[in-house]
Amino acid sequence: MSPEVLSTPVVDTVRNPGRARSRAQAARRRKVVVNAARALLLVAVLGLWEALSRAAVIDPFNFSMPSKIWDQISSWVTHGTAQGSLGEQIWYTLHEALLGWAIGVVAGVVFGIALGRIAFLADVLGPYIKVLNSLPRIVLAPIFVIWFGLGPASKVASAVVLVFFPVFFNAFQGAREVDRNLVANARILGASDRKVTLQVVVPSATSWIFTSLHVSFGFALIGAIVGEYIGATKGIGLLVAASQGTFNAAGVYAAMVILAVVALLAEGLLTFAERRIFRWKPANSDR
Amino acid sequence: MSTDTSPAIELRGASKTFRTPSGGLHTAVCGLDLTVRRGEFVAVVGPTGCGKSTTLTLVSGLEEPSEGEVLVAGEPVDGVGDKVGFVFQQDATFPWRTVLSNVMAGPRFRGVPKAEARQRAREWLARVGLAAFEDRYPHQLSGGQRKRVALAATFVNDPEILLMDEPFSALDVQTRALMSDELLELWEGTGASVVFVTHDLEESIALADKVVVMTAGPATVKQVFDIDLPRPRKVESVRLEPRFIEIYREIWESLGEEVRITRERGAAHVA
Repeated sequence: MSPEVLSTPVVDTVRNPGRARSRAQAARRRKVVVNAARALLLVAVLGLWEALSRAAVIDPFNFSMPSKIWDQISSWVTHGTAQGSLGEQIWYTLHEALLGWAIGVVAGVVFGIALGRIAFLADVLGPYIKVLNSLPRIVLAPIFVIWFGLGPASKVASAVVLVFFPVFFNAFQGAREVDRNLVANARILGASDRKVTLQVVVPSATSWIFTSLHVSFGFALIGAIVGEYIGATKGIGLLVAASQGTFNAAGVYAAMVILAVVALLAEGLLTFAERRIFRWKPANSDR
Repeated sequence: MSTDTSPAIELRGASKTFRTPSGGLHTAVCGLDLTVRRGEFVAVVGPTGCGKSTTLTLVSGLEEPSEGEVLVAGEPVDGVGDKVGFVFQQDATFPWRTVLSNVMAGPRFRGVPKAEARQRAREWLARVGLAAFEDRYPHQLSGGQRKRVALAATFVNDPEILLMDEPFSALDVQTRALMSDELLELWEGTGASVVFVTHDLEESIALADKVVVMTAGPATVKQVFDIDLPRPRKVESVRLEPRFIEIYREIWESLGEEVRITRERGAAHVA
């Protein structure tokens, strides 16, 4: 939730229309000021970077500058990259990340709910999952390149291992923390174990699962990018690696900017989906 | 034993012992004997935390007795049966389902076709006065309205046995009296047997045919009182009748002692 929403005053329009109007005005004014300050901060940081770099206070070769980064992006957009058009690179990375994310999420949710519901499974598999989770899984990326080659499969695999665990733990916790009253009520009303799982546990756990979806999409992108960075034929990670190889700092930054935009768009889509799914929640809860 | 002549509910020497988180044993109910006839409204009163609710979970089949027998319609209870309805103290409506879908849940869980379930749910929603609210979600309703949804969701399954665990304790006093009257009206049409757990003696006398006083925990039956007030009753007016006050005084003599014991134990525990 952004700060200006938090502090919007509750307007009592019925009793005091005059005061209500002035409050609404103040709220609008505040919003304008906040947005202006945000824009100013961005301009100041970029401007300072540009100025320092041009004046050679910081090394322009290593740190590049916003104008060069912009030139790099526009040249990629208009002339394409060394590996093909920019759209193709973005699509390639996104495709790997989405596929890895989907597989990781489905596996995480299924395992999480299953272990949350079946105590025997949780007791048997629990320690192993903890061990696997404690591994720094990003080091698996080179192994996946060896196993699955330079194609998308190795990137999908590294995205899956990064996505699986946070989703799994949240789904598991969500399944464990289901309101006992709701389960008892469903059983009294005649629900079988399977129906309790599908119609009570899964819906109760969705808010837990969605929390992890936000974080885990970022992880999926990381998995795909690192995989590409290590060895690939296409993708934004390869752009980073190629730019680094040619000492093109602006290229590395440009790839980062593109990634940030992609991640923000995905985040926006996810929030939109969440709003639709959680219509049953009180509007003034945590979001 | 014919199922038609056997009592609706029979507990014979039922005990329930729980293992506490610290590893000790806690006996909630001990040697409980209780019979509820068909169509009878029985209220169970006792000091707070004495094990009244446990009695209901034993009858419902959610928990098994550690000792003794629990019979419903002459048959030993084995898991949750389809004869039982349960209204919980806390909100147990499904927050992600609309009001209509909540009431449809019971029949749908039991395999009733969707169209029929919807029709039956609408009938019960109309009876509890929520027909206009069928598309709302539970968080958009007041506490009293949510309780009505819970009642409709329970009654739509046509339970022969209705278990109620302090169902109205979270409501304000006026809503509570209103809901009690509505409950009596709904129940009178069904012929279900009711076990209504409460710590409110007035509520129990106003509603029930029989008031069972429980001892301070571990709970067992101390005394059973027949309530000979005529039906139909209105909760607000029946409690002003001299006979009501007489009964109240009589039962309170029995219940008050148990409440005192519980309170003294609590004090000793603190000290």
